[in-house]
Amino acid sequence: MFHFSNIVRTKGDPKILAGGPSLKRPEDRLARALGWFSVGLGVVEFFAPRRVTETLGMEGHETLVRAFGVREILAGIMSLSVEKNAGLWARVGGDGLDAAALLSGLTADNPKKGNIALALLMVGGIAMLDYRAAQDTKPRRPPRDARRKLYPNRSGFPKGIESARTAAKQIAAHATAGRT
Amino acid sequence: MKALVWHGKEDIRCDTVTDPEIQDPRDAIIKVTSCAICGSDLHLFHNYIPGMLPGDIMGHETMGEVVEVGSGVDGKLKKGDRIVVPFTIICGECDQCKRGNFSVCETTNRKSHLAEKAFGHTTAGLFGYTHLTGGYPGGQAEYLRVPFADATHIKVPAGIPDEQLLFLSDIFPTGWQAAVQCDIEPTDTVAIWGCGPVGQMAIRSAILLGANQVIAIDCLPERLSMAEAGGATTINFESESVLERLEELTDGRGPEKCIDCVGMESHVMASLPDTLLDRAKQMVMVESDRPHVLREMIYVCRPGGIISVPGVYSGFSDMLPMGAFMNKGLTMRTGQTHVNRWTDDLLRRIEEGEIDPSFVITHTVPLSQGPEMYQVFRDKRDSCVKVVLKP
Ligand SMILES: [Zn+2]
Ligand SMILES: [Zn+2]
Repeated sequence: MFHFSNIVRTKGDPKILAGGPSLKRPEDRLARALGWFSVGLGVVEFFAPRRVTETLGMEGHETLVRAFGVREILAGIMSLSVEKNAGLWARVGGDGLDAAALLSGLTADNPKKGNIALALLMVGGIAMLDYRAAQDTKPRRPPRDARRKLYPNRSGFPKGIESARTAAKQIAAHATAGRT
Repeated sequence: MKALVWHGKEDIRCDTVTDPEIQDPRDAIIKVTSCAICGSDLHLFHNYIPGMLPGDIMGHETMGEVVEVGSGVDGKLKKGDRIVVPFTIICGECDQCKRGNFSVCETTNRKSHLAEKAFGHTTAGLFGYTHLTGGYPGGQAEYLRVPFADATHIKVPAGIPDEQLLFLSDIFPTGWQAAVQCDIEPTDTVAIWGCGPVGQMAIRSAILLGANQVIAIDCLPERLSMAEAGGATTINFESESVLERLEELTDGRGPEKCIDCVGMESHVMASLPDTLLDRAKQMVMVESDRPHVLREMIYVCRPGGIISVPGVYSGFSDMLPMGAFMNKGLTMRTGQTHVNRWTDDLLRRIEEGEIDPSFVITHTVPLSQGPEMYQVFRDKRDSCVKVVLKP
């Protein structure tokens, strides 16, 4: 079986013969996809806000689109990090803001209201994915009030702490005696 | 053989790989009998330290039986010997090794040009710890090639179980060196941040070195209970103010000696705004480390005191209070552990029953369950403190 990573191995070091199972779950992959999507969309919004506003018939709102772009990029980076769960929840919140902004543009005199409806539909779909990914990637740290095993008997000193302390004191006394 | 292989962020797998071979006359191959997951392996699991490549074998706390030796090992090691493998690979001959500064050995890092770029000078080769330190395959595997094996080993006698000896490879001498670096005096209070495995060893070491008072800081009840069992007074930083409690316990003087057993991934908490800022900067890659513990130590340490840092830092830390550090006349000592400088003494202490480092083990599982255990250890599920893997 071919493994790309074997190419960079130093000669003589172990090479992969057969890969074991990965613990990555489908929801981890979904989180990753959403993270990259978020970064991509954010870049478009930040660098080409005019294109976005024109498509939606919402000219004049470029600054808002730029700000939304920054938000998308940050949420995306977070969704790609170890704290993906927080990133995904940030995306869920962001979807709400997106929807609100789009709704405000959905006026009778907007010639592009068809596009806005389409965009709203997309935001709705993505929001559902974001929500699902956020639900499924909840950190598996035990809750604060979870029952925990305690280790009150694990001193590590087979002869007891007091004996360890006494031994240390004797050595210190010796050292002082040696100095004077 | 089976080995735990790094494939990317939060993706470690138990793969089948080719067996290691003797590459150099000074090599030896061991059959691993026990290995462990280290807290510093979690930095790699999170991909916070640059220089890992997919396919790298993890692990730097390993022991086993010698099954093959190269022609250059020169009688220092023979088939059948039982050895613990120090995580720092040492040549035993260079100027630094001769001084006992083993973790900065000048010859064992086979990719020293990378370390020179990153750190200015090379440091020793390490097992299973990024290509900055040689990209050597690690010991969470069935077999391990030990380079420079004539120097890189700790011979251990039969009759003592693996569990008591395994931690001579890293966490025991690491906790010990952290405490020794503090020049502990009988009147000293030693405050220790982090009650993970290294913190637990540092607590016992500080007691054995005669500290008057040892204070341990963490937020997990199981770890605090273990710290207390070892003779420490504990502070839970989630429910108490660390600064206030330390002042209280030292009559307002502050601890003379402070040890950072946390390192670059300090706990992020809304009530500590600097940790949030560090985490945000880390995410957009303008800061690599989160030095909250260093800041707190510098602030709280008694003037003239010593700060000892066994916790791992990888790159750049922002907003260290150098004003306080300088004006208070503090000393900072740090470094990867010079394992073999301490192990003769520590092995004797284990043999004489003065200390039994196996107290820290909470989970023992087959190697094949290693990937799950990385998650359990990271999430602190099931009151996990230290995981030992059996190939
Ligand atoms: Zn370690
Ligand atoms: Zn050397």
